[in-house]
Order: sequence, then C-alpha cells, then structure tokens
Amino acid sequence: MPTLLLLFDLVLLATLIVLALAAVLSPEPRRAVMLFIAFGLWLALVWARLRAPDIALAEAAIGAGMGGALMLAAARRAAHRDEAAGRDGDKRA
Amino acid sequence: MKRDLALLLGILLALLAALLLWALHATLALEPGPRLAELASARLEQTGVSNPVTAVLLNYRAYDTLLELAVLLAALLGIWSLGPAPAGYQRSGPALAALVDWIVPLAILAGGYMLWVGGHAPGGAFQAGALLGAAGVILRLSGEPSAGLPGEPAQRWLVVLGAGVFALVGGGLLASGFGFLTYPPGQAKWLILLIESAATVAIGVTLTAAYVGGRPGSGTAHNGTGQSRTVQR
Repeated sequence: MPTLLLLFDLVLLATLIVLALAAVLSPEPRRAVMLFIAFGLWLALVWARLRAPDIALAEAAIGAGMGGALMLAAARRAAHRDEAAGRDGDKRA
Repeated sequence: MKRDLALLLGILLALLAALLLWALHATLALEPGPRLAELASARLEQTGVSNPVTAVLLNYRAYDTLLELAVLLAALLGIWSLGPAPAGYQRSGPALAALVDWIVPLAILAGGYMLWVGGHAPGGAFQAGALLGAAGVILRLSGEPSAGLPGEPAQRWLVVLGAGVFALVGGGLLASGFGFLTYPPGQAKWLILLIESAATVAIGVTLTAAYVGGRPGSGTAHNGTGQSRTVQR
C-alpha cells in the first residue's frame, strides 16, 4: 500500500510540474489561464495529500476558481483590446 | 538585446532556484526545535473555536487577517478606478437559466455552512466568501449584468464591511482595556463569528464586484473598444 501511495504522489508531483510549465510557456493567454486553473485544482489535490484541507479548500475556491475566472475575464478584455488596436492599425495602413 | 535580457533573467532565476533548494535543504537538516503548533494547541480552548486554523487566523494572528481584508479592498478600489463596468453577457437560454436558479441558492447555502463549520473543522470566511463570489460570477455569466449585487452605495458599504467590522471590534476591545483584537475568553466565539460573518459578506461582494470588473452604477462602457457589445461564446 505505501508503494502505491508513493507512486500516486510521484505522478501527482510530475503532473503538477508539467502543468506549471505548460501554463508558463503557453503563448496564448486564454490557454495559459485554463492550464493555470488545472494547475490550481491539481495543487489543491497536493495540499489534500499533505493533510492540509484548509489550504486545499482555499486553493481550489480562491486560487483556481475565483482567480481563474478573473484571469479569464482579463484575457478576454486584453484580446478585445488587441483586436481593436489591430483594426485601427489596418485603417491607418 | 532581447536575447541578452532573456539570458540574464534565466541565470538570475537559476541562481534563485539554487538558493531556494539550499534553503530547503538547510531547513530539512535542522533539528526540529520547539514548534509553535504545540503552544497553539495548548491554548486552543481559550480561543473560542476548536479548529486550530481558524484560531490562528482569527485569534492569534487576527491582525494578519485584517490586513488581508484591507488588501482585497484595495484591489477592488484599483479595479473600480479603471473605469465603468463593461456590459454583461447575453441572457442565457432556459436550460442554463433553470440550472442557475438551482446552483446560486445552493452556493449561498454552502457558503453559510462553510462559515459556520469553520469554527470546528476546515472552512471559514475566505472559503465561504469565495462560494458567494462564485454565485455572483455564475449570475454574471448567465446574463445578469449586476451579478446580483445591489446598487453602488450599498455595494460600497458591503465591501468595507469586513475590514470595518474587524477594525471596530479591535478598536472597541482596545477602548475597553483588552488590547487590539485580544478577545476576552468568554466572548471570543461570538466576536469571531461576528467578524467572520461580516468578512464573508464583504469577500463575496468584493470578489463578485472584481469579476464585474468596473465601477458600478455609472452605466455601461460605450467607448468603442468592443467591450460594450454582448459577447457570443
């Protein structure tokens, strides 16, 4: 049983690092935010494994949920702004 | 030039990572000396709550939590200063609307439970506030432009409620000779519950208002940046 748990933890950690790298290296903001939300939920699992349910709850609710929603809204607005700027640039050109 | 900068940043980050690894290694190698955890559990009965995390957040380290609420308030003031709120999403269809009718009251109910359960099990004001905020976000996404928030004057009162009640309780205790946020043992539970209830409402309203993303009440943005049109998803 302990080996199985160790294996589970190793998979958990490896996935966490891959998700973090994918979120940071993603060139597209929307995709980066989605990966960040996945990273937050995964991190909540890690906190739960570390027997810190309070932090797991806070991470899932605030870090992944609210933070993700706010960042998605920000990415959408930034995309709109780029779009508008692009249109203006076309007009000028 | 840009490549040089990236190289410099990479080297600095590698150094920082090495420093952090060294610090982690040094900490792990240390003898586990006397920990604060034992002291905190020993005095738990006098804190008014039986969940050690809540005891730390609202009693031993209440000052930190007060400042966290102030940070949230400052963040919302920053968002409001950026301009009026953009128009909301288009109204949701009947299926989604029926789902929202169920989910929003459930989220509010779960928030109330989370607030109460924080006294003796994992939970508390921030988690409860996040649930209220989630209810607001869902309302906004389903096409309710105000996200269920009241008008601007009421919203201003609600967002300062958390830090305000916290500071008033602290000041009141100071005035009656206990010291800032040093609760008398008999009343600790009710004072903490009062502060947490106010903080829950304030956090919920603040997070929702942050998601709405602009100053309320002054109409919607019509500034030609494409924010004012409804968004098809």
